[in-house]
Amino acid sequence: MAFRSLALATRKTLTLGLNSTRLTQSRALQTFSLPDLPYDYGALEPAISGEIMQLHHQKHHQTYITNYNKALEQLHEAIQKGDSSTVAKLQSAIKFNGGGHINHSIFWQNLAPIREGGGEPPKGSLGWVIDTNFGSLESLIQKINAEGAALQGSGWVWLGLDKELKKLVIETTANQDPLVTKGPHLVPLLGIDVWEHAYYLQYKNVRPDYLKNIWKVINWKYASGVYEKESA
Amino acid sequence: MATSQNSALLPSQAKFELKPPPYPLNALEPHMSQATLEYHWGKHHKTYVENLNKQIVGTELQGLSLEDIVVVSYNKGDVLPSFNNAAQAWNHEFFWESMKPGGGGKPSGELLDLIEKDFGSFDQFVEEFKSAAATQFGSGWAWLAYKASEKDKKLEVIKSVNAVNPLVSDYFPLLTIDVWEHAYYLDFQNRRPDYISTFMEKLVSWEAVSARLEKAKVQAAK
Repeated sequence: MAFRSLALATRKTLTLGLNSTRLTQSRALQTFSLPDLPYDYGALEPAISGEIMQLHHQKHHQTYITNYNKALEQLHEAIQKGDSSTVAKLQSAIKFNGGGHINHSIFWQNLAPIREGGGEPPKGSLGWVIDTNFGSLESLIQKINAEGAALQGSGWVWLGLDKELKKLVIETTANQDPLVTKGPHLVPLLGIDVWEHAYYLQYKNVRPDYLKNIWKVINWKYASGVYEKESA
Repeated sequence: MATSQNSALLPSQAKFELKPPPYPLNALEPHMSQATLEYHWGKHHKTYVENLNKQIVGTELQGLSLEDIVVVSYNKGDVLPSFNNAAQAWNHEFFWESMKPGGGGKPSGELLDLIEKDFGSFDQFVEEFKSAAATQFGSGWAWLAYKASEKDKKLEVIKSVNAVNPLVSDYFPLLTIDVWEHAYYLDFQNRRPDYISTFMEKLVSWEAVSARLEKAKVQAAK
């Protein structure tokens, strides 16, 4: 009996403690800002034009971040007010704009100028596991390009690591859905944006040409780094 | 809308043709550039028509009207392979005919009355239409459509993803705007809201919309 009262009293204290922590935490909302590109806008030419890189980074990615921050602020307020209907309503804006920020942040690191290793095939364990799972790098690229070309509308094509099954997977996601929406154990190694804004000014309707050329500036060093860290 | 199909051919020979817009490709300048029309109609739309023709050869779809192929291949959401090409072929023909040189302004007559009844005012309709077009995430279309049931006849603004159109939900489409990025990227880049405003102010053919409403009412009465 005494024990139960003690337990209850402790729980109440804990709850009170948590409440005041929550109050403090709720004042701090982390918002996001546009990450710098690790290279000049024109550094990926001729595979991807400087004009596209600048628009893609300064306009499209920035807009996702601006709208993501706005949605987070609205969510923050709705949570504090206990306004569940608004919380639920904001989910699609958060997935879309937050996803856009996540995906593009990965994408800039997936690319590198040729003189900084862009296009160089993966070495080390990632290179080996690609050859083992797909036969060759060329075969992997062919499969990724086929999936990317066949994607209807807007989306991304990914090379991912399934951490649970310990294997590489090729996946597509629609719109700005991050790879994790296809499986909670999926880690993105490499994503290629196949929204029309990623290639239209240069390649127009010929998405397959964009997909063929982008491999000249793919930064396998980044993908290898993620693979080694996540498969350790 | 006339189906661009040669009905003199046997069903086994029937194929769709790429119908040109009802104006020269430079006629919508400066609001929609000739370059956009050349790529959008001459490449994107053309490819949908060509691929559709390849897909339906020797199938039971060959010989059907384009609208019928759209509805049949939608298959209540479990789409058949030909849906994407058929719907996009239909959507783009409908889109060109939704615009005209010197377009924009306001509708009149019965169409305006119906808009005011169902949206409160023309301006409120414009706001709702522009909002639908701006908030269709990714690729798709925004529509003004007419729904006639036993109880009611009304106009609605609808947005749809990728190739989907209101035919599949038993609506009569009256007006559409293409919000796939290829529709506006050469002229407006990321500025989709500017493209939408320009479409409403300078390109919409209210004559086409009114004519479609008349046809819809006749069909609904059957």
